[in-house]
Amino acid sequence: MSRLLEVEALEVSFGAASAVRGASLALDRGETLCLVGESGCGKSVTALAVMGLLARNASRGAARLSFDGQDLRGLDERGMSRLRGNRMAMIFQEPMTSLNPAYTVGSQMAEVMLRHRGGTRAAAMARAEDLLGRVRITSPAMRLGQYPHQLSGGLRQRVMIAMALMCDPELLIADEPTTALDVTVQAQILRLLLDLQKDLGLAMLLITHDLGVVARVAHRVAVMYAGEVVETAAAADLFARPTHPYTRGLLACVPVPGKVARGAALGSIAGVVPRLGPGFSGCGFRDRCGEATAACGGTIARASAGEGHDYLCRLPPGWRAGAGAAP
Amino acid sequence: MKALRDIGLASGAAIVGAAVLVAVFAPLLVPHDPFAQDLSRRLLPPFWMEGAREGHLLGTDQLGRDYLSRLLYGARISMLIGIATTVASGLIGIALGVAGGFFGGRIDDAVLFAITARLSIPLILVALAVVSVVGSSLTVVVMTLGLLLWDRFAVVARVSTMQVRNLDFVAAAWAAGCSRSRIVLREILPNILSPLAVVATLEVALAILLEAALSFLGLGVPPPLPSWGLMIAEGKDYMFFSPWVIMIPGVALFVLVFGINLLGDGLRNLLRTGRVA
Repeated sequence: MSRLLEVEALEVSFGAASAVRGASLALDRGETLCLVGESGCGKSVTALAVMGLLARNASRGAARLSFDGQDLRGLDERGMSRLRGNRMAMIFQEPMTSLNPAYTVGSQMAEVMLRHRGGTRAAAMARAEDLLGRVRITSPAMRLGQYPHQLSGGLRQRVMIAMALMCDPELLIADEPTTALDVTVQAQILRLLLDLQKDLGLAMLLITHDLGVVARVAHRVAVMYAGEVVETAAAADLFARPTHPYTRGLLACVPVPGKVARGAALGSIAGVVPRLGPGFSGCGFRDRCGEATAACGGTIARASAGEGHDYLCRLPPGWRAGAGAAP
Repeated sequence: MKALRDIGLASGAAIVGAAVLVAVFAPLLVPHDPFAQDLSRRLLPPFWMEGAREGHLLGTDQLGRDYLSRLLYGARISMLIGIATTVASGLIGIALGVAGGFFGGRIDDAVLFAITARLSIPLILVALAVVSVVGSSLTVVVMTLGLLLWDRFAVVARVSTMQVRNLDFVAAAWAAGCSRSRIVLREILPNILSPLAVVATLEVALAILLEAALSFLGLGVPPPLPSWGLMIAEGKDYMFFSPWVIMIPGVALFVLVFGINLLGDGLRNLLRTGRVA
């Protein structure tokens, strides 16, 4: 059986600016893939490209873009909208604005169901009530009749999740679903996503910049930088043996209580993600990398650091800081 | 300040509500047939002046028709024209504005051009020209004003659509697989209705004033329909000796338009402070 989602050499550009430059991803049924990276490195654009929801001024190209064996590249808007919300669903970062203020929670949820599956409104409402219970909202029957402005941020995000599950999707794309929530609610929502994913056998593409989230939920991790996937590995492997200098830099930015001295500087990676045009070649990270040499301006081959662990750097697996600078 | 606004909204709503009731129930309220002439009772003064006759609370006009009855029937004409015109211009303006704001690009350019073109047309001159060519009737007045007054609807609908289009819940609706028409009708339109409601009240007031102006110039609704503008026009020859014949419809017109504007302002404040949304 083919993998559920396969993306190969995805390119997205907005005019002269390339947002995604040859990113590749693959996702199996029941698997959670975390897409990590800092702001502006193309995580959200990648997700939107998969959903076919890019802005009109964007252009998308890919060597392969398939969902359950179906090629998404040639699919027209009608075909895509039959998949969206039905077999692939998406939840967004900002729960406060992701619900339509003009309708009740119940009618918005029922709408998704009626659109894709038909059936009666009463059946759709019953399903909505059932799902609100599943995402652990108390007194779901009452919530169905409420408007979004009557709900807190955490509740709204639960509603969004329940709404995404209305049609039993196979793939759930969550774009920083916990970023806008406070810490205790974040933990609850993550727990919930994890449980749902296990119970329903969902494949989940979770976009985040929070490595704490990654450590708790991911099966596999793809680290994105400047529009490229610079390292992919199983989650445990990535944390144990980070290989790409950017991955190591990201991990160094996470303060560990007890390890980082009080008052000591927190880790950071100097500089920002560069804006790259189409003519750019070589490693996108070389301007911020401590190990960069002249060779980094050339074509970089994808290297392997073990089973299912690829990275995009000329340094050998297990390199030490300073050692790679020698040619 | 807040109390003052609430008074404004309440009195505006009261005036407009009263006008609507009068317009709807005019046939039941009038003491006389507003078209019945009685030349023996011409230009009778209203009740607060000397020489007033019982049965004619607001006196009579130069043809001996009961002024109160004509005033009440006039409210019908004014409300009818105000509302019908606003519905027609609202349909045109909202359709254009939403199309421009939603699709952007060339379509938006075309909509903007149409708005600019419309704004450079002198309203009353064109209305006069059209009515004098086609001939005056209630329908012609409504159609003409409806085709001319859509600009504010279009401007407001366009800008609001642009704002709403980029909100997350619209993105979420796309992600849920909604079609384009569904997005426009279910996600965008309901969320731009409040500013449009404010525009609508102001357009009603404007349409009523324009109708009065056209009727005063003799190109609005044709006599013997009792339009307030027409009543002022017919009374102007007698204004030196019987000033009430223009004063009474003039005051009625002023109060109604004032009330509608109060209502519009009150609505705007109410919607802006987010008490209704």
